[in-house]
Amino acid sequence: MKTREQIISWLYVTPLLLVLIPFFVVPILAVLAASFMSSDGFGGMLPDPTLANYVGLLTSPLTFNLYVETVKYTVLTWFFSLIIGFWVAYFLVFHVRNPLLAIGLFLVCTVPFWTSNIIRMISWIPLLGKEGLINTALINAGLIREPLEFLLFSTFSVVVAYVHQLTIFMIVPIFSAMARIDKRLIEAALDSGASRFDVMRHIVVPLSKNGIALGSIFIVSIVMGDFYVVKVMSGGGSASVVGAFYEDIGVLQYPPAAASAVLLTIIVTLMIILILRTVDVRRELTR
Amino acid sequence: MTKDDGSSKTIAPERAKSATGGQTRRSILKGGAAALGAAAGMSSVKGFPTIWAQEIKDIELRHVGVSYSVVKAIGDQASKDLGFKVTMQNLDTSAAINRFITQPNTVDIADLEGWQAKLAAKRGVIQGISAKKIKEFDNFLPIFTKGELNGHKIPRQGISPYEALYIAKPDATELHDGVTEWLTNVPQVYNADSIGYRPDLVGHEVTEWKDLIDPKFKGKAAILDVPAIGIMDAALCMESAGLIKYGNKGNMTKQEIDFTINKLIELKKSGHFRATWTTFDQSVQLMAAGEVIIQSMWSPAVAAVRVKQIPCVYAPVNVKGGKEGYRGWCNGMGLMKHLSGKKLDAAYEYLNWYMSGWQGAFVSRYGYYSPVPSTAKKFMTDVEWAYWYEGKPAPGPINDPYGVPMEPAGTKRDGGSFVDRVTNISCWNTLMDEAAYMNKRWNDFKVA
Repeated sequence: MKTREQIISWLYVTPLLLVLIPFFVVPILAVLAASFMSSDGFGGMLPDPTLANYVGLLTSPLTFNLYVETVKYTVLTWFFSLIIGFWVAYFLVFHVRNPLLAIGLFLVCTVPFWTSNIIRMISWIPLLGKEGLINTALINAGLIREPLEFLLFSTFSVVVAYVHQLTIFMIVPIFSAMARIDKRLIEAALDSGASRFDVMRHIVVPLSKNGIALGSIFIVSIVMGDFYVVKVMSGGGSASVVGAFYEDIGVLQYPPAAASAVLLTIIVTLMIILILRTVDVRRELTR
Repeated sequence: MTKDDGSSKTIAPERAKSATGGQTRRSILKGGAAALGAAAGMSSVKGFPTIWAQEIKDIELRHVGVSYSVVKAIGDQASKDLGFKVTMQNLDTSAAINRFITQPNTVDIADLEGWQAKLAAKRGVIQGISAKKIKEFDNFLPIFTKGELNGHKIPRQGISPYEALYIAKPDATELHDGVTEWLTNVPQVYNADSIGYRPDLVGHEVTEWKDLIDPKFKGKAAILDVPAIGIMDAALCMESAGLIKYGNKGNMTKQEIDFTINKLIELKKSGHFRATWTTFDQSVQLMAAGEVIIQSMWSPAVAAVRVKQIPCVYAPVNVKGGKEGYRGWCNGMGLMKHLSGKKLDAAYEYLNWYMSGWQGAFVSRYGYYSPVPSTAKKFMTDVEWAYWYEGKPAPGPINDPYGVPMEPAGTKRDGGSFVDRVTNISCWNTLMDEAAYMNKRWNDFKVA
């Protein structure tokens, strides 16, 4: 009987394994293997195990600088998309009385996402440029004389593009967490004399925590793993972890690129573990 | 085996097609294939016999490479003229070389720069091209076949097209220095790159690379962000400013790389570069939107800015006193190793079509050059020839390849005639021996 149950549970997980093993485990192992090889400089990999790629990676100040830069974008993007995402979700759940309207507005939030990421990012360029809409308007209004250069090809423009692209990933999980909060709980709190701030602090935020955590996981893993937005919106003036090892691939230096990829995987995994330590997402989800 | 033998067979497939549809036709074709392949291969196929036209209909050639070299309009014209399908696929430089090397069977014609040809030969993903089967080979400019032009030795800093052209045997993996009958690629398009600038805002004529790093243009300059060639543009600037003398800009030592990158970082920290660019469009946007007034640039990008009615000049950086000069590049077509039989024959037909003039004229109309100008000339008007190749004031208005007006009559091409520009190339696109180190340092510049 025991074996029969085992077979059944294996059958349950088979579809997942069929996806995960060929499309995740095998490629990761291939990258891991490549990271211990050395390059012949012509795109070939010599199968003599070496730690040189990791030593080179971990002793280089470049690695540190790249992570500082990428983590900076991650934290800024996370912070602003959290602020915006939280309040949008809060408004939709608690201030729009008609649930149909709330769902409608929620769908409206997704409208910009019907266009491609790249289009949405590039559209910022004519807006933020030296001769762009914002600068032209400010100059014509007599508020500034010289165009504001920090608007484009700067940390500012990178974060604007990321926040614009990724806030939806905050809105969705926070919205769904908030929607599950029992409204009677809030009424009861207000009846017992709690201020709106108390309600926020003791009810809304704690009960939205899993949504915030899920949204944070999306944002952290996407920004840490992206390079295109940084490349375009910083005008090539900044770099990212992935951008740097993409350059390695461009000159067929696969092993060092693989080592960088492994390191990035480890670091992103650690960041996600950290997020999960603060909230037990699994328990919250099955609630 | 004679030609008649083959021709009689064409009747059969034609009939089969109308009677029973594709499947049967194909199986009949298969039978005749061996005979046909031999017949077609032997005669160097001038005006294809019907037999050939029937056989090649189902062939599709995938020509893969960067967008400025592998152009859809050219593939469409080739398909029309040749009777088989040519599909153009675009990738950026690094994605392209990665695809050639890791998935060679997904490509038929690889569009290769000199350094990529060297790598592709080394990895054994391409096959030697028989120079004898390239009809116009004797009419190729000696820049490519002998490394000279009008007695002027073409410099070999970086990897010159001549240097990357020959291998000793069809399956050799090392380049061969000197003429042989086996080619790694057939050069198809090339140019001399320099600086683009806004004459109205820069205020003087630019003929030296050092203007790009002149503090006067702080916050208004940009440089190319493709490490392998961006560093050569930077090196041309540093050399021009008298900061350093390179042994070989195309193959720097670690010290030379360090010097160049450190100087770039210094410039970046002082706010010199408004941006860096990686694609053609980005460079056009930077200039057209007023973000920069001087930057390393490609000739058609300058033309694209001018079409928007914004003044933009392509700096003539002729060699002077052992400094300056253009950075040259050349793309050629390599045949992937898996090509054989009919498909290989079709590929040779394609290469020969490419050199027969239509393509040469097409690319000339946006400022690039054909390695066989004598055939390109046949497809160009006298006005176009005078403007693009002879560097004379245009006798009439100049249009781009798609018929959009570009320049009014009387305009002279920046940099002058073809010979003036090409003989002033001082280095070629390359992949340095220290590429891995250089890349790392380039990222230091990016993140600084």
